[in-house]
Amino acid sequence: MGRKTPLYGIHVEHGARMVDFGGWDMPVNYGSQIEEHHRVRRDAGMFDVSHMCVVDVRGRDSRAFLRHLLANDVDKLRVEGKALYSCMLNETGGVLDDLIVYFMNEQWFRVVVNAGTRDSDIAWMRAQARESVQHLEIIERVDLAMIAVQGPKARAIVAELLDPQDRDATLALEPFNGRVCGEWFVARTGYTGEDGFEVVLPIEEAPSTWRALVAAGVAPCGLGARDTLRLEAGMNLYGNDMDDTRNPLESGLTWTVAFEPATRDFVGRQALVDIKAAGGPSHKLVGLLLEDRGVLRSHQKVVVSGVGEGEVTSGTFSPTLERSIAFARVPSGTGQSVQVDIRGKLLPARVIKLPFVRNGRVLITL
Amino acid sequence: MSQVITDLKYAKSHEWARLLPSGLVEIGITDHAQHALGDLVFVEVPEAGRTLEAGAACAVVESVKAASDVYAPIAGTVVECNAELASTPELINQDCYGKGWMIRVKPASASALEGLLSADAYSAVLAAEGG
Repeated sequence: MGRKTPLYGIHVEHGARMVDFGGWDMPVNYGSQIEEHHRVRRDAGMFDVSHMCVVDVRGRDSRAFLRHLLANDVDKLRVEGKALYSCMLNETGGVLDDLIVYFMNEQWFRVVVNAGTRDSDIAWMRAQARESVQHLEIIERVDLAMIAVQGPKARAIVAELLDPQDRDATLALEPFNGRVCGEWFVARTGYTGEDGFEVVLPIEEAPSTWRALVAAGVAPCGLGARDTLRLEAGMNLYGNDMDDTRNPLESGLTWTVAFEPATRDFVGRQALVDIKAAGGPSHKLVGLLLEDRGVLRSHQKVVVSGVGEGEVTSGTFSPTLERSIAFARVPSGTGQSVQVDIRGKLLPARVIKLPFVRNGRVLITL
Repeated sequence: MSQVITDLKYAKSHEWARLLPSGLVEIGITDHAQHALGDLVFVEVPEAGRTLEAGAACAVVESVKAASDVYAPIAGTVVECNAELASTPELINQDCYGKGWMIRVKPASASALEGLLSADAYSAVLAAEGG
């Protein structure tokens, strides 16, 4: 038996098909994964993401600690509620996790980490803290649940559940910003490529909030739709597209590494600097569109004629494009076309600049 | 609950077989199988003329989440495959025992269906699997 979120009972009651995900019993769909996908692109859907972990970093050394811990630079965060996406690296530049950090105030940053790595992340953070800083607390918020409400109609529906005095300011949040609303923290973030809010709330309030969102017309969606949505949106999945043996430069995440200012010493910096000095990474992560019928899947071999070989890291059927799409790690010299080995047949695929879909719009030419 | 049709024969690996008046055997996957797979997005069926061995993989069905082999419930030769599935694989989700049929096979022997499960026996298999 896996770990259960506070919404487990509701998922089962709604007829969800439950699967193991990183040690958690989570809904993969409530019937049709494709229908759930479309609801998010066109209307509003929601995901129980309570298996992810909220970690509060508190104390006056918080900023200095996170500037050392993370590959992106929290000095970019100056406005309360502002969010930053970052990798947390090991000394060899491998990605321990990808996460979002919110600047709550100068004594308090909130970090949201993946379910499968939450225990190792917290252990790593505590070990790093012991080495470097004094005035710091790392608090695993097991008292909080998280619901991601996503889609063009999502924000308006969530706003109706807020205290009237919080509504206008919350609806006025810019993308990648959040604010405290009473016991809740509401942020305009997500993992689908659509607008929406992620709501962090006390676990006691999660079931009633979920039911209220269902009553307001929000479709419960499982991890299946979450995966197809994030792939279309060009967003990496930890464990598939990068892990502790892969660095951000070969994982499509160079944009998340703040090399400037050069004086900031973060864990993994030297390893990445060395790779750049040696001519850059040997591989890169790209998007693929299968030109033929079939479905790209992780671990399929990618053949790049005259260049070398690579591997699909995540692949699926895209409900929006009605074609198969993937991310693949391929040799750096790869051009515009590759072949993918699907059950012994080499099928042509086109290299795509990510994302495939954003805010309901197809961004590539089919 | 998964639907099991009385007058069909079944394999433990969740395929069904129907003896047609022509003597050919029509083959598809069961309601339990399509439900477990979820929304199907791609089906690869064998070409006409291919020889099938009972119990060997003969087709692939892919849902959004995974690819799965389909095993030939009987030995025989493929006579026809369902061309509709190329563009509308969801026929298997919508009507797995009807419009979602996959192949029609000339059985290798007249007794080919005898080794398969009855509807009752297949229902018992599902019950034992908890589905």
